[in-house]
Amino acid sequence: MSIIKTEHLTYVYSPDTPYRKTAVSDVNLEIGEGDMVGVIGHTGSGKSTLIQHFNGLLRPTEGKIYVGGEDMWQNPKEIRRFRFQVGLVFQYPEYQLFEDTVYKDISFGPRNMGLSEEEIDRRVRHAAAFVGLKEKHLQKSPFELSGGQKRRVAIAGVIAMSPRVLILDEPTAGLDPKGREMILGQIREYHEQEKNTVLLVSHSMEDVAKYAKTALVMNQGRVFMYAPVEEVFSHAAELTELGLSVPQVSRVFLTLAGRGYPVSSNVFTVEQAKRELLRALAEGGKQNA
Amino acid sequence: MLKDITIGQYFPGKSVLHRLDPRVKILLTFLYIVILFAATNPIGLLVGIVFLFVAYGVSRVPPRMILKSLKPVVPIIIFTTILNMFFIEGEALWHWGFLTITREGLVTAVIMSVRIICLIAGTSLLTYTTSPIALTDGLERLMGPLKKLHFPVHELAMMMTIALRFIPTLIEETDKIMSAQKARGADMESGGLMQRARALVPVLIPLFVSAFRRADELALAMECRCYRGGEGRTRMKQLHMGGADAVCALFSLLCLAGVIAINLYAPALL
Repeated sequence: MSIIKTEHLTYVYSPDTPYRKTAVSDVNLEIGEGDMVGVIGHTGSGKSTLIQHFNGLLRPTEGKIYVGGEDMWQNPKEIRRFRFQVGLVFQYPEYQLFEDTVYKDISFGPRNMGLSEEEIDRRVRHAAAFVGLKEKHLQKSPFELSGGQKRRVAIAGVIAMSPRVLILDEPTAGLDPKGREMILGQIREYHEQEKNTVLLVSHSMEDVAKYAKTALVMNQGRVFMYAPVEEVFSHAAELTELGLSVPQVSRVFLTLAGRGYPVSSNVFTVEQAKRELLRALAEGGKQNA
Repeated sequence: MLKDITIGQYFPGKSVLHRLDPRVKILLTFLYIVILFAATNPIGLLVGIVFLFVAYGVSRVPPRMILKSLKPVVPIIIFTTILNMFFIEGEALWHWGFLTITREGLVTAVIMSVRIICLIAGTSLLTYTTSPIALTDGLERLMGPLKKLHFPVHELAMMMTIALRFIPTLIEETDKIMSAQKARGADMESGGLMQRARALVPVLIPLFVSAFRRADELALAMECRCYRGGEGRTRMKQLHMGGADAVCALFSLLCLAGVIAINLYAPALL
């Protein structure tokens, strides 16, 4: 069943001015419940604009969006209801922190939902644990924390609302490799435990290959490809034409296959690469014997 | 919702007026104000109106922008019209109770409102056709002589440039923070005054924090490039006056001369 569905979604920035720009045009999508989708595309390909529609921050110029089968803009006054169902973590979310303690900041979302104090407390601790924040951090000021910790506070602030869909816009931008692994690992763990839908916007093909099941490729405001990760990365030539790359390891295997080695050209994580190499070597060994 | 705020209200284009030297444009705007106030009779004012239409025509700025620029001064226009209509003494045209409209009053009211409309529309054309940066650049050069009096011209211009440069950035940032808080369920569109004021806290605090951070970064970046004030600085974009500037200046001066001539020889209405 699809949790988010769009029909002919189009969005135009600053209509009727010289700055007019169509950011998203005629997007028809169905995102399955419980999926983990990697969203890829150039800067300016419309991916940020598209995801802001999913929780009702932008109202489509044309077209419709359905969340859980309901038309989102049927009653604009009730748009907040959808914002609690679809949690959106912006790029550099650490700049949205404002409370004097981490605990209060994480509880901002749940409090806006009008939950009871006990429920808020439970959710804050639950969310903090997911992103690896310790008890001692909760009473600190968010401004005292390191960049990576601040970001985890901000992500916890959205997770604490227990949204059915969690959307993250480049959650690892500007973090070191260790911080990236940690945050993405925690998000995957969250996804596996809660069985909710996650959309991950990323510039890193490696991350998408490693963490997502489905990939959505945007180009010039349109959906260029929307398919399982394996299939998307098997179109290496087309992706390269768009100026996007495939994971490094895929490129290695494509080149190997191109030179006539008996390896599959459909490899996109290091883990798969290892298995594929061992298999190829084992078979090669047998042939030689 | 924040995109509706236009500060600087620059309307990009490639017309002759857009390409004029900003110094010339500033001076000509002053000249236009002089023309408007020098014109004491309706024929002279007509020159001012024609001048305005020619300028807007040349600039290719859509005429609806005139209306947009006039919106904020509508109350002032109504106010002066009423005051002039009823409170100038002279030959009575209409009488009701203590209210009297005189011929002199009516003429003055019309002249004054036309003058205000032309004034606002004319000066708006300056900001429509000149980017804020070019404008401060022009102002800095025009105020150059004040440096002799130890007036901090360069510092002021730099402050203006920085402020103008950061307005869009801060608006964008505000937009982003508002979106982020809305995504967490913040409600900014409903509730009473107090509730709305309180709803702004989650936006204002991050905004202030980031404004200070940006100021810090900018100061550091400027120091890294050895910025030490205006002394001996050269410019990437040199201002040049050319033939078009001369033509425009000549046209404006002719208009002023015309207005003075009309004042001297045409019969006054008053």
